[in-house]
Amino acid sequence: MFVRRQLPSPARLAASTTRLSSVAPSGRVVPSWRRSYHPSVLPNLVSASSPEFATKAESMQSVVEDLRSKLAEARLGGGEKAVTTLRKAGKKTPRERLNLLLDPNTPFLELSSLAAHDLYPGQHVPGAGIITGVGRIAGKECMIVVNDATTKGGAYYPMTVKKHLRAQEIAKENGLPCVYLVESGGAALPWQAEVFPDKEHFGRIFYNMAQLSALGIPQIAVVHGISVAGGAYVPAMADVNIIVQNQGRIFLAGPPLVKAATGEEVDNETLGGGAMHSRESGVTDHLARDDEHAIQLAREAVADLGKAAGATRGPDATPESPLYPAKDLYGIVGTDVRQAFDMRDVISRIVDGSRFREFKKEYGTTILTGFAHIHGYHVGIVANNGILFSNSALKATHFIELCSQRGIPLLFLVNVTGYMVGSKAERGGIAKDGAKMVRAVACADVPKFTVVVGGSFGAGNYGMCGRAYSPRFLWMWPSAKVSVMGSGQLSQVMSQVSKDPSQHATLKEKIETQSTALYSTARLWDDGIIAPEDTRDAVGLGLALANREHFSSKGKATAGPNWDGQGRGFGVFRM
Amino acid sequence: MSVEHDAQRKPLFNKILIANRGEIACRVIRTARKLGVKTVAVYSEVDENAMHVKMADEAYCIGPAPSAESYLRVDKIIDVCKRSGAQAVHPGYGFLSENATFARELAKAGIVFIGPPVQAIISMGSKSESKDIMTNAGVPCVPGYHGTNQDSSFLLEQAEKITFPVLIKAVMGGGGKGMKVVHKREDFFDALESAKREAMKSFSDDRVLVEKYIVRPRHVEVQVFGDQHGNVVSLWERDCSVQRRHQKIIEEAPAPGLSEETRADLGAKAVAAAKAVNYEGAGTVEFIYDNDTSKFYFMEMNTRLQVEHPVTEMITKQDLVQWQLEVASGNPLPLQQDEIPRVGHAFEARIYAENPRNNFLPDVGPLLYLSTPEPSENLRIEEGFKAGSKIEVFYDPLISKVVAHGRDRTEALRVLRKALEEYHVVGLSTNIQFLRTLAGNEDFIEGSVETAFIDKHFDALFPPISAPEPELLAQAALFVALRDQPVVNNSTTSPWASLYARRFGSDVYHRIVQFNLEHGEETKPFQVHVYSTDVGRFDVEVEGVDGAPNTKFTSINASLASPTQLSSTIGNQKRTTTIVSQRPPPDVPASHAPNTAERMHIFHSEGQKTTLVIPPPKWLLSLGGEVLEAAAKKGIRAPMPSVVVEVKVNAGDKVKKGQVVVVLESMKTETVLRAERDGVVLSVGCKKGEMVPEGKELVEIDTE
Repeated sequence: MFVRRQLPSPARLAASTTRLSSVAPSGRVVPSWRRSYHPSVLPNLVSASSPEFATKAESMQSVVEDLRSKLAEARLGGGEKAVTTLRKAGKKTPRERLNLLLDPNTPFLELSSLAAHDLYPGQHVPGAGIITGVGRIAGKECMIVVNDATTKGGAYYPMTVKKHLRAQEIAKENGLPCVYLVESGGAALPWQAEVFPDKEHFGRIFYNMAQLSALGIPQIAVVHGISVAGGAYVPAMADVNIIVQNQGRIFLAGPPLVKAATGEEVDNETLGGGAMHSRESGVTDHLARDDEHAIQLAREAVADLGKAAGATRGPDATPESPLYPAKDLYGIVGTDVRQAFDMRDVISRIVDGSRFREFKKEYGTTILTGFAHIHGYHVGIVANNGILFSNSALKATHFIELCSQRGIPLLFLVNVTGYMVGSKAERGGIAKDGAKMVRAVACADVPKFTVVVGGSFGAGNYGMCGRAYSPRFLWMWPSAKVSVMGSGQLSQVMSQVSKDPSQHATLKEKIETQSTALYSTARLWDDGIIAPEDTRDAVGLGLALANREHFSSKGKATAGPNWDGQGRGFGVFRM
Repeated sequence: MSVEHDAQRKPLFNKILIANRGEIACRVIRTARKLGVKTVAVYSEVDENAMHVKMADEAYCIGPAPSAESYLRVDKIIDVCKRSGAQAVHPGYGFLSENATFARELAKAGIVFIGPPVQAIISMGSKSESKDIMTNAGVPCVPGYHGTNQDSSFLLEQAEKITFPVLIKAVMGGGGKGMKVVHKREDFFDALESAKREAMKSFSDDRVLVEKYIVRPRHVEVQVFGDQHGNVVSLWERDCSVQRRHQKIIEEAPAPGLSEETRADLGAKAVAAAKAVNYEGAGTVEFIYDNDTSKFYFMEMNTRLQVEHPVTEMITKQDLVQWQLEVASGNPLPLQQDEIPRVGHAFEARIYAENPRNNFLPDVGPLLYLSTPEPSENLRIEEGFKAGSKIEVFYDPLISKVVAHGRDRTEALRVLRKALEEYHVVGLSTNIQFLRTLAGNEDFIEGSVETAFIDKHFDALFPPISAPEPELLAQAALFVALRDQPVVNNSTTSPWASLYARRFGSDVYHRIVQFNLEHGEETKPFQVHVYSTDVGRFDVEVEGVDGAPNTKFTSINASLASPTQLSSTIGNQKRTTTIVSQRPPPDVPASHAPNTAERMHIFHSEGQKTTLVIPPPKWLLSLGGEVLEAAAKKGIRAPMPSVVVEVKVNAGDKVKKGQVVVVLESMKTETVLRAERDGVVLSVGCKKGEMVPEGKELVEIDTE
């Protein structure tokens, strides 16, 4: 099923072998303090004035602008009316709470901001009604999960659950303390079948809280509003919790249900208010005067985590900016996944000092492997520069083994149509060579990061660390595509195996829609769509998280990146 | 000076004691050090870490804080002289500087008093004696009748002799009571009657005196110097007319608007006055100068080095402390009268811990932040305190003096203004802003000085305080945003710090900073929105007050050049503004009082200081309120740092609600503290005369 899309042109390959003899590009003054020219510095061969560049840049620009407007809309949450209701109750909005919780003027790496986008027909559930992301509190990176009470009262839709679970997964992998800002009515009842019963459903949230706590990863909850039924277990399962007086409410069943069940007539505050839970039931640990106070207490709680909060480890080398502007990425890559580009021009705009120490440069040239630093952190890069041949797959496997051996995290820059097909390739054992690469990726003993720059099709998706291969983070560019094969090939294949042409057109359209980044991100097949110029910072923040020191109350602190394969090795390579 | 002359010179002292504190002690030590003379400092218990103690070669504690128990203790100072081997004592100004007993006791102990002979101090210390001596020496005194004859027509006769306008004053007078100005002969009897009536009422004594009334007087004084060989010279005059509460705040040399004849006459009369009392050392002959007639009259002679001596030093290029040491060692004056230069013009501005807008009442407190202008050839900063020092309630609230020199008056004033703009103090009220306004006042620049200057130009010198400009609020908010951001050290910092407020997908970190005015009615706080658009780049929106439109500043580059310096480009103007944050004491519960919140002191255009208060969050006020309420139920606490004047209760006493419990004094104002409700005094935590800090529990009352 793997279809060859495009052969690398001999001219391009020639260009790539002679490029290192070129001197620093004319017209750009590289400040002398930066560094003298060194062969590991990628030269800038992009002609930013060419019409082709301009067209590509323009199309990427419009895609990015569309993304931004969608993100801006999602950030508004449930809208003006819901916000007014919160304010009238003396509450802060979810985003205001988040900003107060974070250390002033520090980054926030928001996850899957467009989750549930256009997913529930007739229902606007921006960001799946939950804000998740990594940010700094009291100098410690934490996973923050904020119920968006402006969206359907913070109810859990299927995608809300998935986003919450994904946040906990990231927290587990990176050893991040979790802070939950709770205001939710619990499961969205009409969707209970997709929210409640299965393994990766609502109950998994509390299972995770228990396990994370057991792993020594602190769980802190702040109850800003209603926290009812299943939702009541978030504060109840937390290591430490805080409730806002006359505002936060925790109960298994609300007053109407209580009346129905037992005939007892009781108001919200008496039934599950902060004063009651702090003084009598002991369900809550801290009683706050208002939202701002509660968040201050949460910040202090994080500050008091001690070693359990983990510790940031500084970069391995002094960070340096790339030599070339990130904005060039628009014109280099464009939005048409069928148009080829040299991935080195992407790498040179992401890595420190545009320096890339390429490994096996002359061998298997359709894949690039090599070492670089991003924000000072050491990283091994695997990047597509054409279709995958046997030798490309072997080269990648070799390189992944090197990184795994050395404990250097891996970054996959994905633009892959798949592995080579045809009798020559099959006779050359592409299947077993591709499998080697997939096995290496699956078992690599280091944190992995994936950025889908162009297409991620077919088995190339596996070899290039798709979602199923558990990268620590997976981001898509707005023009990126992910599907079993390109829509063009798909309809060609279909026309040969099926007789009904009308079906082909429908299917082609369907596949086209389903392969978009927007479709992917709405379903949480990724951790979010990022603009090309955001790649360096997003990956840098992720690398910093992967480099954190963890502390387990059960044993000694683990130094160095936590090995995702726990040192179990690779299994059996088919030679 | 000739070689022979040098050969005859007597050596200076090896070691001197400075019986003073603050800037003058430091000033004397500097000259002594320059000449290789060792210095001995004395200090009171609160001055243990004072600057003069640190600067001196040796230092001795001579008692508790009150001057009477330390700096005025003649016996202790003489004892320290003996212990340290100091050969001479420099008294500075104030304290024992004009105390004849001190000079006499020193002489008895064989220690040199760096000052005039005892007899000169005594003579000049008495107003009537000094006037008689001066009249005999041909020095003009204010014409008047001070005799016992109280007959109305006789007094009128005297008034006509003096020439109108005249002033009728109660002999026992003070505070303007029983004081009448008479401009015309026909008004004399009415005024006399009224003066006598008032005098009788106020002092039970209706005796009056009649003096020449000077409509537009100035205070002009001459620096004189005498040696042990009978030589006396004048080092030109100073004008110290502009005063508040009858104390000088700004002085200059030479006096503006004087003809050369008048100047020469002044000098000659001052020298004559000094010679009349066989004066030695530094002295100042003060005259009252009539602006309308250019006549001058002797007022008094100060037998010490004056606070304002540096302006004379600046225009004569002499070191007067060195002159004092030469003279006290028995050497002749370093220069003859015709050798004394007069170069340009000089000003001295006295920086006091006081609140000009509150009738110049003195303030006390710590110098939390102190940043002074860079001294130069044209600028002297006479300091006695460093950042961290405290201005104590026991002593003169003079913090320092700024002395500026220029080729002419205009230039000297320009130097002075710039220096004042760069003089930044946080922690207590100062008169810096007032001095800056004064130095920029048109009439002052023109030289129309007189003793009533401040009263006459009150409105111009105290313009109404306007609401802070949006640019100012924007800078304050940027300062808050920047100082809260993580510290970044390039080579080792994680991107979680070095990327600052990095957001993705056009999200922008937005922070609202609120400010209140320090003094003023409780209004809605100013709201400033700070958007972190990129590393070191911000958009700021200042909300308009009372329906005024918001002000937006976009794409501002801002950074902290130092922990107290904000660098910003607002409206494409690159500016560096000093902003000092003053956090409240950690143990004071939050309330609406400005001193329980963080205060931002912003030094901006033309020496203005604006203080903004960051209101505590609601929850903190709510918690603080409960603590205060609980505390108020039990005890009575000092509302401000003050001295206990009286404790009216003892432990075990029953008190009624409203009963006076303790009387405090702070900043010259008495505060009476009363019981909040009926109860029994459990304990008394203060005693009379004690200095108590803010918030100290003074009396505990059981209200059960």
